[in-house]
Amino acid sequence: MHPNYFAVFREFARNSLVREMTFRGNFLLDCVSSLSWVFMQLGLYLVIFEHTDQLGSGTGWGRWPFFVFLATTLFVNSLVQFFFMTNMEELSDLIRTGNLDFALLKPIDTQFLLSLRKFEWSSLANVVFAAILLAVSLGHLEFRPTPLQGVLYVVFILCGVALLYSLMIALGSVSVWLGRNESLYDFWFYITNFSRYPMEIYEGPFGTPLRLAFTFAVPILLVANVPARLLAWPFESQDWRLAGYAFVASLVALVASRKLFYKALAAYRSASS
Amino acid sequence: MTAVVADLASRCAVWWTILRICIEERLVYRGDFALGTLMRFLPIITQTFLWTAVFVGAGGPSTIGGYSRDEFIAYYLLTYVARAFSSMPGLASSIAAQVRSGEIKKYLVQPIDLLTFLFLSRMAHKLVYYAVATAPFALVFYLCRGYFEGWPDAPTLAAFVLSLLMSFLLGFFLEATLGMIGFWFLEVSSLLFVYMLFNFFFSGHMFPLTILSEPWRTIVLYQPLQYLAYFPAAVFLGKVQGPALVEGLIGQAAWTLAFVIAARTAMYYGVRRYSAFGG
Repeated sequence: MHPNYFAVFREFARNSLVREMTFRGNFLLDCVSSLSWVFMQLGLYLVIFEHTDQLGSGTGWGRWPFFVFLATTLFVNSLVQFFFMTNMEELSDLIRTGNLDFALLKPIDTQFLLSLRKFEWSSLANVVFAAILLAVSLGHLEFRPTPLQGVLYVVFILCGVALLYSLMIALGSVSVWLGRNESLYDFWFYITNFSRYPMEIYEGPFGTPLRLAFTFAVPILLVANVPARLLAWPFESQDWRLAGYAFVASLVALVASRKLFYKALAAYRSASS
Repeated sequence: MTAVVADLASRCAVWWTILRICIEERLVYRGDFALGTLMRFLPIITQTFLWTAVFVGAGGPSTIGGYSRDEFIAYYLLTYVARAFSSMPGLASSIAAQVRSGEIKKYLVQPIDLLTFLFLSRMAHKLVYYAVATAPFALVFYLCRGYFEGWPDAPTLAAFVLSLLMSFLLGFFLEATLGMIGFWFLEVSSLLFVYMLFNFFFSGHMFPLTILSEPWRTIVLYQPLQYLAYFPAAVFLGKVQGPALVEGLIGQAAWTLAFVIAARTAMYYGVRRYSAFGG
């Protein structure tokens, strides 16, 4: 008999919330901590836009369109953090200590169990801030997105989450083979750093190949660029092609990372006695 | 006289032993360490593209905040060197944690001074770091040599090295002082987080502090965090010269001395407040 996945998902969310609310002071501090990082980022871009009207020449990424982009990046990253980050951080420990055995024995999909056991509720503070930043930025734009663009924005935010999650689960799979992978998680952080900027800034003999690689080979540039474009200005034909590609890429990434994860699990050798 | 020499020799032997043990401890995961160091340079790539886009977007001004585009990139690379000296990951939190858990009493009952032990341990960490990180640093600087106008003259280089060494001392004693607060407040993690944020922003790690508009620019150039990243990098690039350079080095020495005294004083009063129970 298959478990009711939605009920399990709801129970995971409830348990995490109960745990967070047990230490309310700590929860508030976590919210303030994650918001402080966001304010630092915002501070940097406010300083930057004191010196320039836009990033690059004729790219359209002026102050307010860029803040739409920043809000989008925040949405995607905060959602990844909310659903998956804590679980993926713990995966390496589970493998190293042999406690992964207990997850494998449970009558539920292992990837589902390991990916969603704990929710990081404090990340939602960033989601709220991102919503405010997005609303303020859209208010300053002359262009008004259509309701369809709004709906597609949500769809492509989810595609962005799927792309980052796939990368994360792929790196998590590698830890089954390596045992220790602290540098791999650093790698995740540094690689996703590329996705935090508009793709137009990657120009020139080194920038263009980099942009192509991070668009088509490891498509992390699509994570924020596609949804942000939907709201920042009227969508053009090449943007539709990019959006279509982002949709397909996120589906392929989910399937490929799942295959890799189960291949890794097949190679898992328990560490317990 | 012989007794003094014998005492000094025995102290040196203890210090050497501590240093050697700490070095061996640090070398256990050297592969992970070297890979981690190389990856830490990856944000340089995005910073290069970001600031290139800023300069292009601004219509190609010769400088922003006194730095050309190439100097911005050189500046970022140099802050990596400065932070390799001044950053003290986990120092303050480990002192506070040892106070909280009671582990600190091993320093109180044994003839080892806590600050000396931590200093030597940190020195060992840094020595291992430089040994392992020199190759990735050299590779990145070689690849990015085009962003530098060449080596500075000997006095500037000497001032740069001096500022780096002082940034190590300042970083250590500043964090140690923060850790000592653990004697008064058992939980200092939020305070350390605030410090980390301030450090990130006001040390000049994110951008050269001179790009800030007034009055922020003047204010930030009076605070000690600038010596952890901004000042050494600015010295190397020749942005601080003549009397300003001498003043800067004196200012850095003064802040370092102030935090040496602060850490010692905090420890002196802290251990008198401290009480430990159980075995």
